[in-house]
Amino acid sequence: MLVTEQERLKSDIGTWLERYGRDRSALIPVLQEIQKKYTRISEYGMQVLADQLGIHPVEVYSVVSFYAFLDHKPKGKFVIRLCRTVSCDMQGKARVAQQLESDLGITFGETTSDGKFSLEWANCLGMCDQGPALLVNDIVYTRVTPAMVNDILETCRKTFGVYALESTHEEGHA
Amino acid sequence: MITPNHKAPLTFATIEPDAGLKAALAKPRVDLIAEITASQLKGRGGAGFPTGVKWNLAAAAQADTKYVICNADEGEPGTFKDRVLLSDHADLVFEGMTIGGYAIGSKIGILYLRGEYTYLRAHLDAVLAARRAKGLLGKNVAGKQGFEFDIQIRMGSGAYVCGEETALIESLEGHRGEPRNRPPFPVDTGLNKLPSVVNNVETFAWVTSILVKGSAWFKAIGTQRSTGLKIFSVSGDCKQPGIYEFPMGITVAKMLEAVGGSDAKAVQIGGASGHCVPASEFGRVIAFEDVSTGGSVIVFGAHRDMLHVAKNFLEFFVEESCGQCTPCRDGNPKLLGGVELLEQGRCSMRYLNELSSLGETMQIASKCGLGQSAPNAFLSIVKHFKDELMGRTQGEAH
Repeated sequence: MLVTEQERLKSDIGTWLERYGRDRSALIPVLQEIQKKYTRISEYGMQVLADQLGIHPVEVYSVVSFYAFLDHKPKGKFVIRLCRTVSCDMQGKARVAQQLESDLGITFGETTSDGKFSLEWANCLGMCDQGPALLVNDIVYTRVTPAMVNDILETCRKTFGVYALESTHEEGHA
Repeated sequence: MITPNHKAPLTFATIEPDAGLKAALAKPRVDLIAEITASQLKGRGGAGFPTGVKWNLAAAAQADTKYVICNADEGEPGTFKDRVLLSDHADLVFEGMTIGGYAIGSKIGILYLRGEYTYLRAHLDAVLAARRAKGLLGKNVAGKQGFEFDIQIRMGSGAYVCGEETALIESLEGHRGEPRNRPPFPVDTGLNKLPSVVNNVETFAWVTSILVKGSAWFKAIGTQRSTGLKIFSVSGDCKQPGIYEFPMGITVAKMLEAVGGSDAKAVQIGGASGHCVPASEFGRVIAFEDVSTGGSVIVFGAHRDMLHVAKNFLEFFVEESCGQCTPCRDGNPKLLGGVELLEQGRCSMRYLNELSSLGETMQIASKCGLGQSAPNAFLSIVKHFKDELMGRTQGEAH
């Protein structure tokens, strides 16, 4: 990560701690903010946050590694999470999964080489009456069919330009 | 696009806004809790603890700060009622939390919303802002001098186990969502070691409804030990999946008739942590004293492979076990290994019996309610579908 990027992250963490309070209960809300803006929680970010909260960085790592929506590895701009739980399974999740892999050229757990898409499994998304369901970041898609997969990806690609402008400065190398 | 999928109007749609809160604030705290206790309302998240008793304990606890926490970490497979309630009846839920704040003497309400429902956040923030503007949150709530209460929203981050109340509290405190030993219970040692009431989304909405319509109305519905109405999330092989409201004590058969799933071979009631009821037992009733549920109903048609279902549930628990205690952390992968042997037709009856015995150990020895109920689906499927599970030949299509 470039020095300027480290400074930006550090200053963001300071802002978020002001908002959520400087105690342990602010840890997860701040981690969620970092994850959202930087698509990952870097080791540097964990160290800064630990320092500010007066706890050991390992404590922060243990929290990051526990929650499915927090990750220290870089994620794509669009994280696609397909529900694999029983109701979506019965409604044809396997074929949607197959099509996602084919259209993205990656398997579950991977990120495309251009850094746009990550593909993951999710447990029950609470859309059981209208599955198969998937999340693209915070947006829910229901009754997804294999043929719809390409439309969903295209929608992401079209909105990517806006995010790309905002985010080129945030991307760095760990 | 998310559709509401109401299959019948809910009672919640008929409740006059703010009437419950006004009725509550007109009563002394003791009488308010007595009204809830008289309704015999039990927790709608699935555990079924009497709400009045819980509130009474929290009210009796001595502390300057107490918390009212709404558990909206709806992660049980097949459950989506809280999503619908928060979309369509958020005011009733927040009203119920405010009533809870008045009842136990708390100023702080927290809605713990699962990360998967982040899309609801903007709507819920807007509802809260409108309530503040109307004086229904903040200082002197609804004109009641000296009663201050406000609600904040905290987001989950994708952990099923945080639906367990002590894991939820751990998460709010900034820790891994690992359940605590109980006792002490949250009513005296909850968030930040202070008295806390944790109730399900639906429970709060029923509290508001009971204050409007009276405890006698609620108690008159349902069975003697399971009073009132319940919201069900129905999915799977039926003609009309969606949200339903039924009285407690309805038989499985009657429910299946209503949802268009009468030809089912089995129904999973209570989600992954619930029980699989075969067609021969469709006469059983859905109530805390018989088949208990947080509202999840998954219908399996004649063509479903029950081994595949058991495998899906076990994969879920292997993934979602918090890993803290051995029976749940190591037991679930063992059971999953057994399912894989069954798939290959290589599981002896003797080994299957050992796995069932392991499941029973997990029910007793796991630390939290989730670990204790993790083997339920496997055990009930093994119990009822042995002939379907055993003696498979390689490549056999099910």
